[in-house]
Amino acid sequence: MNAESYERLLPEITPENRPFWDGLAENELRLQCCDACGEYRFPDSEVCPRCLSGSFSWRAVSGKGRLWSWIRMHQKYFDAFDEVRPYLVAYIKLDEGPAVISTLGETPDDLAIDLPVRAVFEPGFSERTVLKFTVERPEPVA
Amino acid sequence: MQHEPAEIAIVGVGQSDFRALYAPTDRPRDAYALAAGALREAIDDCGIDKDEIDGLLCSRVEYGRLATVLGLRNPRFVHDLEGSGRMSGVALQEAVALIANGAADVVACVYGNNGRSARMRYGGEGGGPTVAYDEMYGMTSPGAYVAMMYQRYRGMYGASEDALAPLAINNRRHAALNPAAVLQKEITREDYLESRFIAEPLRLLDYCLINDGAVAFIVTSMERARTLRKPPVRVAATAGMAHITNYYTAEDFFYSACQDVASRLYRQTGIAPEEVDCLQIYDNFTPTIVFTLEGFNHAPRGEGWSWVDEEKIRHDGPRPLNTAGGHTSESYMQGWAHHVESVRQLRGEAGARQVPGCRTVQYMCASPIVTSHILTNDEAVAR
Repeated sequence: MNAESYERLLPEITPENRPFWDGLAENELRLQCCDACGEYRFPDSEVCPRCLSGSFSWRAVSGKGRLWSWIRMHQKYFDAFDEVRPYLVAYIKLDEGPAVISTLGETPDDLAIDLPVRAVFEPGFSERTVLKFTVERPEPVA
Repeated sequence: MQHEPAEIAIVGVGQSDFRALYAPTDRPRDAYALAAGALREAIDDCGIDKDEIDGLLCSRVEYGRLATVLGLRNPRFVHDLEGSGRMSGVALQEAVALIANGAADVVACVYGNNGRSARMRYGGEGGGPTVAYDEMYGMTSPGAYVAMMYQRYRGMYGASEDALAPLAINNRRHAALNPAAVLQKEITREDYLESRFIAEPLRLLDYCLINDGAVAFIVTSMERARTLRKPPVRVAATAGMAHITNYYTAEDFFYSACQDVASRLYRQTGIAPEEVDCLQIYDNFTPTIVFTLEGFNHAPRGEGWSWVDEEKIRHDGPRPLNTAGGHTSESYMQGWAHHVESVRQLRGEAGARQVPGCRTVQYMCASPIVTSHILTNDEAVAR
């Protein structure tokens, strides 16, 4: 993958979203949580979408969720992904509520909706740590 | 002058020759010239004087330039709607509201699109609210977010790999009966399964076209409509509800918003879904048709994929669907051309693809703004 063209796809780090990126660098998924009603939200926003409070804290969350759905992208839309096509994109529902677009670090052949997943933290193709997920396999029943 | 909401009609329609405009061109076509051509046709269609137009609603073209091009210097109401597909139904709703409350008497709704000749791309260029966090995973384009919904739908309800084929085939078959349609070569189930994946599980033949063209329709009161050139098409009812989240993907496939809209429409008109003679469904990608059929009670929930059958949904079958060829074969006019086709079906002007005895048409759009209208050519509709 072309690192330079990939860099251009990364969101700019701003004062508003820096805690999210700092969290990933420390292998933690952090989301804004409303101080008034406890609602988690993603992406970052100045107000709570549930109660409109402007008071919030960044909190580490479990990183657990489920694979709501996924696609395999065949079309070339980005130079950075040209050579890895088709590639998997996942829609993950976090246990805390918000949904995120991400990918799976390893892709098992037997994907199914609602498989449990957990966050993994990978340097990706730049110095920035990127959020990915991996399928949680239940312990085999003895 | 004010009017009852159900006493309002579409009286004139116009659209480009999409097929002729699909020819290659070195330069972007002028969307305003296309839009003006469509409105000229709509004016001729109803015989109204241009200067009677006192409301102008625009999408993908802007009123300042368009009103200048059209020489409409003093409309009483103007409004630019964003150039997205969800706005075609909203344009008719706004026209109805303006006429009902007396803010305007004759409203022109106009759409112009030079997306093909201007090399417009959908995907890879930013766009959605969370796109900043999506592109680093290679995620982009509305079709990919719809593919996410359809992958889950398949997992929930067991839809087969070729479940969407009848929809692509049906659109193309109808396009072959429509002289203005861009793509007229009929396709088979094998053609469908051989077409390449774009955002798997969706294939090229599930996707809308990108093409140049324009559409216009003129809306006024039934009272004024009765004196015009052609039989009025009554807007028996229209309703809408948004479903807005960070993503184009709706986790219930827009079901709850569609249900809300459907219940109001069927109650207001007294028309049951099975009594609708012709379905015009917004089809940016073929799964949207399945979600819409279920959301509006035309098919049982979870069974829309098996409900669609090539013989059932053809123009002379029991449940005619997208009789002009839809977005995948006729033209990607973002729902606007579906409105024109609705009117033509109700007037008996649809030529080789005419639905026999068509008296009731329903337009439906399942998108972040769900809209639907029931249109009739019967002045005695129960309310």
